[in-house]
Amino acid sequence: MHLKHIDTCYCYLLQSEITFKLNGSGCTINTKYNLNMQVTRDAVDLSKFPADRIRNFCIIAHIDHGKSTLADRLLEMTGAIAKTEKNKQVLDKLQVERERGITVKAQTASLFYNHEGQQYLLNLIDTPGHVDFSYEVSRSISACQGVLLIVDANQGIQAQTVANFYLAFEAQLAIIPVINKIDLKNADPERVESQIEKVFDIPREECIRISAKLGTNVENVLQAVVDRIPPPEASIDDPFKALVFDSNFDHYRGVVANIAVFGGRVKKGDRIVSAYLGKTYEVNELGLLRPDEHSTGKLFAGQVGYIVAGMKDVKEAQIGDTLYLQEQPVEALPGFKPAKAMVFAGMYPMDQSEYQGLRSAIEKLTLNDSSVTVQRDSSLALGAGWRLGFLGLLHMEVFNQRLEQEYNASVIVTAPTVPYKAVLSSAKLIKEHGSKEITIVNPAQFPDRTVVSEYLEPMVLGTILAPDSYTGKIMSLCLNRRAVQKNMLYIDDQRVMMKYLFPLNEVVVDFYDLLKSLSSGYASFDYENAGYQAADLIKMDILLNGRPVEELITIVHRDRAYSSGKAMCERLKDSIPRQMFEIAVQAAIGSKVIARETIKAYKKNVLAKCYGGDITRKMKLLKKQAEGKKKMRLIGSVEVPKDAFINVLKRKQK
Amino acid sequence: MMSLRAARRALSPGVRRFSDTSGGEIVEDVSERTGCAQLTTQASLYVHWPYCLRRCSYCNFNKYISRDNNDHMMTECLQKETETLLQLSQVSCVTSVFFGGGTPSLAHPSTVAAVLETVSGQASLSEKAEVTLEVNPTPVGMSKLEDFCRAGVNRFSIGVQSLQDDDLKILGRDHSSRQALQTIEEARRLCPGRVSVDVMFGRPKQSVESWENELSKLLRVCDDHMSLYQLTLERGTQLFKQVQGGEVTVPAEDVTAEMYQCARRTLHQHGFLQYEVSNFAKHKAVSHHNMSYWKGRQYIGVGPGAHGRFVLPGEGGVAREARTQTLEPDVWMREVQQRGHGTRRRIQLNHLELLEEVLVMGMRMTEGINHKHWELFSPQLSLREVFGRSTDVQELLQSGRLILDDRGLRCSWDGLALLDSMLPALLVELERQISQRLQRDHHTDGQTKKTSNPR
Repeated sequence: MHLKHIDTCYCYLLQSEITFKLNGSGCTINTKYNLNMQVTRDAVDLSKFPADRIRNFCIIAHIDHGKSTLADRLLEMTGAIAKTEKNKQVLDKLQVERERGITVKAQTASLFYNHEGQQYLLNLIDTPGHVDFSYEVSRSISACQGVLLIVDANQGIQAQTVANFYLAFEAQLAIIPVINKIDLKNADPERVESQIEKVFDIPREECIRISAKLGTNVENVLQAVVDRIPPPEASIDDPFKALVFDSNFDHYRGVVANIAVFGGRVKKGDRIVSAYLGKTYEVNELGLLRPDEHSTGKLFAGQVGYIVAGMKDVKEAQIGDTLYLQEQPVEALPGFKPAKAMVFAGMYPMDQSEYQGLRSAIEKLTLNDSSVTVQRDSSLALGAGWRLGFLGLLHMEVFNQRLEQEYNASVIVTAPTVPYKAVLSSAKLIKEHGSKEITIVNPAQFPDRTVVSEYLEPMVLGTILAPDSYTGKIMSLCLNRRAVQKNMLYIDDQRVMMKYLFPLNEVVVDFYDLLKSLSSGYASFDYENAGYQAADLIKMDILLNGRPVEELITIVHRDRAYSSGKAMCERLKDSIPRQMFEIAVQAAIGSKVIARETIKAYKKNVLAKCYGGDITRKMKLLKKQAEGKKKMRLIGSVEVPKDAFINVLKRKQK
Repeated sequence: MMSLRAARRALSPGVRRFSDTSGGEIVEDVSERTGCAQLTTQASLYVHWPYCLRRCSYCNFNKYISRDNNDHMMTECLQKETETLLQLSQVSCVTSVFFGGGTPSLAHPSTVAAVLETVSGQASLSEKAEVTLEVNPTPVGMSKLEDFCRAGVNRFSIGVQSLQDDDLKILGRDHSSRQALQTIEEARRLCPGRVSVDVMFGRPKQSVESWENELSKLLRVCDDHMSLYQLTLERGTQLFKQVQGGEVTVPAEDVTAEMYQCARRTLHQHGFLQYEVSNFAKHKAVSHHNMSYWKGRQYIGVGPGAHGRFVLPGEGGVAREARTQTLEPDVWMREVQQRGHGTRRRIQLNHLELLEEVLVMGMRMTEGINHKHWELFSPQLSLREVFGRSTDVQELLQSGRLILDDRGLRCSWDGLALLDSMLPALLVELERQISQRLQRDHHTDGQTKKTSNPR
């Protein structure tokens, strides 16, 4: 039905073109006709879609609740893509997204939908599900008036469902709850409806039960989008005003910005200004994303699309920037708060000869992910590299995976750290830093207790949802992680939602894995930032035969010093080869040693047999050792292979 | 069809007998005394017999359990390859011959005679040159010793391995301790003062105490030479799998280190001087053949999988080559029949690589590398010039594990047990000094007189 409608639409456009050509020069009808067939086949007259025929919405959901499958169905049903078996995660273009079944980078697709005899333009803005990407989510939401909140009929409300709901709720968007996967054997949509009622205060009657996989009731979703989501408040009569809510970088055309038009109109050839930079550009190309770029030559108030305007540097297309016409300046839109990096990790090339390659890969990748902060860093053991800041752990993993997959770069990633703060007490230091409070990103720069009135650590408010049979185990895990319970709510007769205030440091490394394993995979976890709190932080040194190893300095909470010191010593012991003398591996706080491991000296290390036939093999081995020796880092007289640092610093493999 | 010379060798074995006092003097340090020229005109010869009756559980050596008897063809091929390689090497003197394997005592004594005959036809082989045969101490092996002597063998190396019958079983050996003792006795009767025994320590379940007992038992029966090898677990062997799988346990590193030190002390007390990491001799009865490996001299390897190091002036070569013969006996034989030799791999050693081998091998000897020995290979850079400046080497010298003095460079008693921990540092320094030297030479090219490097 919808396919048919779009065909009609093409015909209409085609006819008008033909008419025009006929009026112009009759003698070339045939050739022009053929030519115009090509040009106009997909052309869309956007002026036919005033704001009240437009709906901008996004889909938010916990991982695996079926957001991308629903998006695929919506695209199929509105004819944006052909209906085939192969449509899986059409909007998830990155390899990492398809492998992990997640959305990292928001994509946009414009759909044409006929409802009660009216033609509507529905702009679906796909959003990442995980809160690590909540910056992307909030960007997407700002261009929308409503959301589809998807909940799995089997799993019910999960931690990310809650986090995403609040983002949409705070943005005052219309929320349409959609219960997906009703075709599953264990589906219990009624239970999920009562959870939604209880947790989100949305009447159960408003829920739409669907199976995105089978297409069941998806039509109702489209109708609800038109009926329940308000059209954008934008007038074509106002001066042109658009919000840049995302941007991509294209090697040939430069920046491709995704914009939501809040007023007026813009067309190819217009001269537009970036409110942020005050720079003027000429519009080269613009159009809809369906989900591929679809040039339309114009965009009108209320619409969402892409624009290419000769911006050569991605910094020129600041997310949250306002665009307007050169001759009609407007007041800038509020924009976005820049994303704040919450997890830091060092990234180093496997080999220093790969530094340049890795640098360009990181630069390219950050072009499309401006939420990653990049700072040059260097380590005596690992050489020159970077300290990168991420919004969260998943964000970091995804970034790393993209580096490897899309840029074929092999990197050493150090264990993640969080940005601690120190409140300085020394007037001299305050003057030096220009402020009383400083952020410590590199542990080597941890200021001494004597010049500090207090240390602060970043906190997060964590939401955990799990069946109540795991409550005990989860509570003791949280207690172990220095967490404080804030809230506990039964969302139905079996599932509990718990809120804890965690030090971020306690959840960045392995918390989620532990939670998953102790709950047999049933618990879900999400967190939002919750400011800073005073903490008893100390600097821990790792010593090799009494000499500190600079790259292994760690900031720890006093309560956790022993366990993390011991773990580091053990890992080091396993990765430093035996030498001719005994090696003491120690963790120390100031001058006090808190953990120790010993690497025993070799008592005998000489090949038993070495005759004429053995020398080739022996030389090969010795030459390898000699080459390795050149790459050793010397701490006192202890030779430490680079691998040893990597083993201690890198994240544990799951 | 025997040559006159070979016939005389084969018929007058008495000439090749040595008394205790005359042994060892004959071939002593010829090249050091006579200098650089000898380096390329002399070589020792290793002959590999690839067949064994059974597979020892610890052995990953190139050996084959042969099904059909092709000893005759093997003999012809060994002769042919000996002839070809001696011609290519153009050596005028073969200083020693070693028949190893595999189990060379399984070969017919006539094979040994035939190979020695071929050697004598191509180069001079002194009547007094050391000719060693590895012997498996089985009754069959023992019964053939006399014939081997008649064929020209004048030194036996007996693979005793252990005097514990249980251990011999675990190791997969096909002899008993009683047979071993009898074979030693017979060998000593035939070649007094020229019999060596091989023993293994670090065996499954072995303790330091049982090792000490075993050693004293051995000392009562052995001749003037002993080789002690720590059992090394080689990948792919049955024993390796057993240890990996936890069926068999071998002593810990600390225990084997103690076994080594205790053996060194005990043997020393009994007049056995250690002259190499694993080798001990009384009355100067060292293995001259093996010494020539450690002294960096030329050697020619004949037989499947044998290794050689020699210059090939016959092919216009000037640099020493590392040569490896084809491993698999049947393939090797075909190649020898087709082109006279079965060399599978040839690698030219450059000056640095040659010096690296001289260093690594030389440092295994208790006497180490003396200045003259080094100068033979490195006339431009002395030992002191190479190693005297390095801080790494200085640390080793200060720790007392390494000695650099008027005699030369060597390990101390303690240092020898840790040689492999010291060699990487020495190799790094050698490479650095040689490459610096090359750069200097390059800068002043044309001004300095070029001196040819020894081979």
